[in-house]
Amino acid sequence: MAKSLEELQAIAKRVRREIVVMIGAAKSGHPGGSLSAVEILVDLYFDHMRIDPHNPKWPDRDRFILSKGHAAPVLYAVMAETGFTPIDQLNTLRQLGSIYQGHPDVRFIPSLEASTGSLGQGLSLAIGMGLAARLDGRAYRTYVMLGDGEIQEGQIWEAAMSAAFHKVDNIVAIVDYNGIQLDGFVKDIMEVAPLAEKWRAFGWHTLEIDGHDLPAIQKAFHEAEATKGKPTCIVAHTIKGKGVSFMENNPKFHGTAPTPDEVKLALQELQ
Amino acid sequence: MPAKTKFEVKLGAATREAFGRALVELGRENKDIVVCDADLAKSTMTTYFQKEFPERFFSCGIAEANMTAIGAGLAYAGKIPFIASFSVFVMNKGFEQLRTCAAYPNVNLKVVGTHSGISIGEDGPSQMSVEEIGLACSLAGFVVLAPADEISTKALVRAAAAHVGPVFIRTGRPKCPIVYDAGQKFEIGKAIEVVEGSDVTIIAGGLLVAQSILAAETLEAEGISARVIDMHTVKPIDREAIHRAAAETGAIVVAEEHLVDGGLGVRVAQVVAQTRPCPMEFVGIQDTYAESGQPDELLDKYGLVARDVAAAVRKVVGRK
Repeated sequence: MAKSLEELQAIAKRVRREIVVMIGAAKSGHPGGSLSAVEILVDLYFDHMRIDPHNPKWPDRDRFILSKGHAAPVLYAVMAETGFTPIDQLNTLRQLGSIYQGHPDVRFIPSLEASTGSLGQGLSLAIGMGLAARLDGRAYRTYVMLGDGEIQEGQIWEAAMSAAFHKVDNIVAIVDYNGIQLDGFVKDIMEVAPLAEKWRAFGWHTLEIDGHDLPAIQKAFHEAEATKGKPTCIVAHTIKGKGVSFMENNPKFHGTAPTPDEVKLALQELQ
Repeated sequence: MPAKTKFEVKLGAATREAFGRALVELGRENKDIVVCDADLAKSTMTTYFQKEFPERFFSCGIAEANMTAIGAGLAYAGKIPFIASFSVFVMNKGFEQLRTCAAYPNVNLKVVGTHSGISIGEDGPSQMSVEEIGLACSLAGFVVLAPADEISTKALVRAAAAHVGPVFIRTGRPKCPIVYDAGQKFEIGKAIEVVEGSDVTIIAGGLLVAQSILAAETLEAEGISARVIDMHTVKPIDREAIHRAAAETGAIVVAEEHLVDGGLGVRVAQVVAQTRPCPMEFVGIQDTYAESGQPDELLDKYGLVARDVAAAVRKVVGRK
């Protein structure tokens, strides 16, 4: 059932709260790159993808791969909100025995589409799924989220080349372009700009959007679906730590958990 | 099938060739078999599959890491992908993808390394894979196969396709001696005794199986009865066959075209240490990289022929 914009925004706010709380409880994790990806994942799971939490292995389901696996908290929160996984266990994140492992792990959550966490690999996995869908004559589409730091990995460009070469038009790459990686700002560690030009040069239909603007996200996914003969890349300009003032654009919160006081402050902002 | 008559070295097809032929047969039987190659299809022999099933063959260009993870993606989506390249490239350039995209989530990916060992010959050390058995065995959950001839390769490629889970198959470039009769049965994890013997056991893999049979014949003339076992499955290794060899013959030589560090030898030694300690010797490549040359010249120079196996046997028997 289609969700209104207001409903999606309300879910996004809940997801942000869950991210902050679960990483705070875990005392480790990656809040910044989880918060930057919230609107994109909320739209995929609640608006765009053809999925059924009651039938997670439905052969025709759309697939999502979180190639930037360290943003697992946003995926966990969204999957729990959708009904794939138990919402009351989110705060067991990173604990021994938890299904919510530090990085997405199909052994613990079979409704995940892939185990990820080593950067640079998810786009290739998506291509494999896209090729299989085409061979099998199935209409499902595969979405893969990449980090902007992640695309420094050479394998991403091997994959970019091959997706265009094989005309895998049933996959969509979304680059979470938040400008920050572990050691600092992307432009200071290893510049990846000009991004859209790179993807276009590799043969991709490429869009640039504000990655927090839900209508823009929806429009981009529809345009991707209508694009035939080439894969689509959505360069999503986002804000690392989006929604929590002291985390926004702050490299510290790439991989640092908020303290209990910081969790409290963040939750006040996310009322 | 213990050899009673004299072993004749009759060259059969290269194991890579047998792999390429087997793949076509599999492709005819099962539409879920798909193949990826990295610009070496004419050498890995996936070209046969490519010709018959172009829609199920994916050219990945010279990009092994990407090919490996695409293979994993195909497996996630229910296909039975075979990815192929020279062993040295797929195992080294694709290793992290084999680990994180295939072994860790335990996907149904089949990895075939061709041109393994120093018997690739003239191309030299940059193309020679002498460490991939060790690498493959360090991937948790992987089955690791190293067939000795065309008959065993065909059978084991089929077994790999039928097995659910990741598999690595080691094949070679040169034509290699036929060890088996056409009807021989093979089972993953079940070693085959190719020569009966009671004084010592030679556990061999790949090209060294034929050399070990030849060595056993030489030794028989000297009054040493050598059992020869083809350990075509390096992982999961046949512990029972090793235990029996140690208990019944009291001495073991392991012979392989691989670095002695990390290969079949250390895996056999582990089982021997745990079950029935006995003297052991190891025939293989000694902590070095080889050079260009003809395969036979190289195998001779680097100590991987029947003569070297026999010498190791004499040594280990002397230690009993």
